[in-house]
Amino acid sequence: MHDEKLIKEIKRKALEIRKWVIESIYRAGSGHPGGSLSVADILACLYFHEMRHNPKDPKWPDRDRLVLSKGHAAPALYAALALAGYFPVEELKNLRKIGHFLQGHPCMKKVPGVDMSTGSLGHGLSVAVGMALAGKLDKKDYRVFAILGDGEVQEGQIWEAANAASHYKLDNLIAILDRNKLQIDGPTEEIMHLEPLAWRWQAFGWDVIEIDGHDIEEILDTFHEIKLNEKPTVIIANTIKGKGVSFMEGTLSFHGKPPSEEQYIRAMSELEQAERELND
Amino acid sequence: MIDAAITDKKRNLRDAYSSALIALGRRNPDVVVLDADLALSTKTKRFGTVFPDRFFDMGIAEANMMGVAAGLAACGKIVFASTFAVFATGRSYDAIRQSIAYPELNVKIVATHAGISVGGDGASHQMLEDIALMRALPNMVVIAPADATEMEDVVPAIAEHNGPCYVRIGRADAPILFETHGMFEIGKGYVLREGSDITVIATGTMTAEALKAHDLLKKEKIDARIIHMPTIKPLDEKLVKKSAKETGRIITCEEHTVIGGLGDAVAMAIAEKPVPMIRIGVNDVFGESGEAWQLMEKYGLTAENIVKRAKELIKKS
Repeated sequence: MHDEKLIKEIKRKALEIRKWVIESIYRAGSGHPGGSLSVADILACLYFHEMRHNPKDPKWPDRDRLVLSKGHAAPALYAALALAGYFPVEELKNLRKIGHFLQGHPCMKKVPGVDMSTGSLGHGLSVAVGMALAGKLDKKDYRVFAILGDGEVQEGQIWEAANAASHYKLDNLIAILDRNKLQIDGPTEEIMHLEPLAWRWQAFGWDVIEIDGHDIEEILDTFHEIKLNEKPTVIIANTIKGKGVSFMEGTLSFHGKPPSEEQYIRAMSELEQAERELND
Repeated sequence: MIDAAITDKKRNLRDAYSSALIALGRRNPDVVVLDADLALSTKTKRFGTVFPDRFFDMGIAEANMMGVAAGLAACGKIVFASTFAVFATGRSYDAIRQSIAYPELNVKIVATHAGISVGGDGASHQMLEDIALMRALPNMVVIAPADATEMEDVVPAIAEHNGPCYVRIGRADAPILFETHGMFEIGKGYVLREGSDITVIATGTMTAEALKAHDLLKKEKIDARIIHMPTIKPLDEKLVKKSAKETGRIITCEEHTVIGGLGDAVAMAIAEKPVPMIRIGVNDVFGESGEAWQLMEKYGLTAENIVKRAKELIKKS
C-alpha cells in the first residue's frame, strides 16, 4: 500500500508526460502518440518512484537501467527524463528536429538518461539480458527494466532473449509488456496472435504478473511483489492505446500519426481538465 | 618494409585467438566472452575453462548473443562475441547495426570459418559477404589478419580500441608469415615486398598467396610490391594512394566476394586518381563443397591466378 500523496504525485507526473507527448509530437509533425500514451503511467511510476537513478549522474554505475525496447514510445521516455531533470523540458519542443538531440527513437549517445539506443523492434530484451548479466557478474544490486510492446513480441529475438534470461536466472531483470492490443496493421490477435501470452512467458521460465497498466497503485504494488527467486519477471500491463486522450483511446489511427491543430487543442484541453480534476 | 616470409610452419588462427584471449583475460578482468554453441570450433571454450565466470554460451541464438554483448558492454565490459562468420554477420546483422554499431558499444565480434576455405560444409556456411556487411556500418572497424602471429596482436589491439570491431579468420591452418610480434596497428597497411611494376594488396588468407605470387612474378622479371592490408576499415588510404602513384597498377586479393570488400575499398580510395586495377575475389557466386585447397584453386584464390592476372594487367596498361 502506498500513501495517497505519492499516488497523486505520480498521477500528476503521468499527466505531464502525456501533455508533453502531445506537445512534442504535434510540434515535430510526426511520431507515435498511441503507444507513448499507453506507457505514460508505467514510466511515471518507474522514474518518479521505483527506479534508483540520479539525473545529475546519468552514468552512475549502480543505477537501475531502463531499456525502452518499444523505442517508438520515445516521446514518453523523453518527457519522463526531462521532468526528472536529465535535461531541460524546453528541449522536448525540438523532438525530431535536425540539429537537436532528441531523435525520433532513443539514442543513448545523444540523450542523457537513455540507457540504450532502440527503435528497431525486438532488440531491447537481449540488451537488457546483457545488462542484467553484467549486474550479476559485478555482484551489484541494480535492476534492469525492459519495456516491450505487445506487437513487438512477435519478433523471434524476444524469445531468444526470454530463454537466455531464465537460463541465466536473471531475477534482476523485469520486463514490462505494454499490452495495448493494437499494432500498426490492426489488433494483435488478428495480425499475429499472442495469446495465451502469460502462458507463453511462463513456459519460458518467467514469473508472470498481470496488471492494469493505468492503475498507479497497482503498478507500484506490483514492483514490490517481485521476488529475488532466480527467475526473471514479466509484468503484462493491460493498457489502452492512446490512453488519456478520448479520441485517441483504443484507435489504430494514432499509432504513428501526429494530431492536427484542432486535435492538438482538444487533446491538451482534455489533459488540462484531468489535471484540474486531480488537483481538486 | 616488414619482415615476412612463407615458412613451412603452420598454425591455426583460432588457436592464436584463444591463447591471446586467455592472456587478455588474465590482464583485464572486464573481458567477457560469448559464444553461440560453437565454442569448441571457435576455441573460445578454452577461455571458458580458464575463466568460467566470464564466459557465457548463449546457445544457437546469434542475434540475441549480439544484443546481450551490447548490454554487457553498456555496463563497462569488453565483450568478445564469437561464432562462424556466416552467423556472426548474416544472421545477426540487425542486432549488430541497432545495438552495437549505432550506440558505438565496446563489442568485438571475432568470427571464424570465414570464406570459401570452410570447405566441405558448402555454400550455406561459406561466408563471402561479411566484410561488405560490416564495412557498410558506421563506427565498425573491420580486420582480417593473415597469420597466427598477427592474430595474437590483433586481440589486445582491438581490446584497447574503445568501440565495435569485426575480425574475420578462416577455419584452416595457415602458414606463419610473421616471426615477430608487435607489427599490428589498427588502420595500417604493411609493405611486405618492395616493387615498382605493380602493387598487390591482399588481406587475410590471401596475403600468403600474394607473397608466393611475388616470387613467381620475380622469375618472370615482374617487380611486384606486396601490401598486406589487415584493416579493411579504416583503410590505409595513404599507402594505397602512394602505391597507386608509384607503381601505376593495383591488384587486390581477398577470400570474399568482389562486391563490397577490400577491392571496393581500394577502388574507392583511388577513384579520384584511378590507375588500372583488377579485383581478385569470388565473382558474385555462392561457393560449394570441396576441399579447401580445391575451392581456392577453382575460384581463383591462388598465387598462380594472381600471377596470371598481374601479367594481363601489365599487358593491357
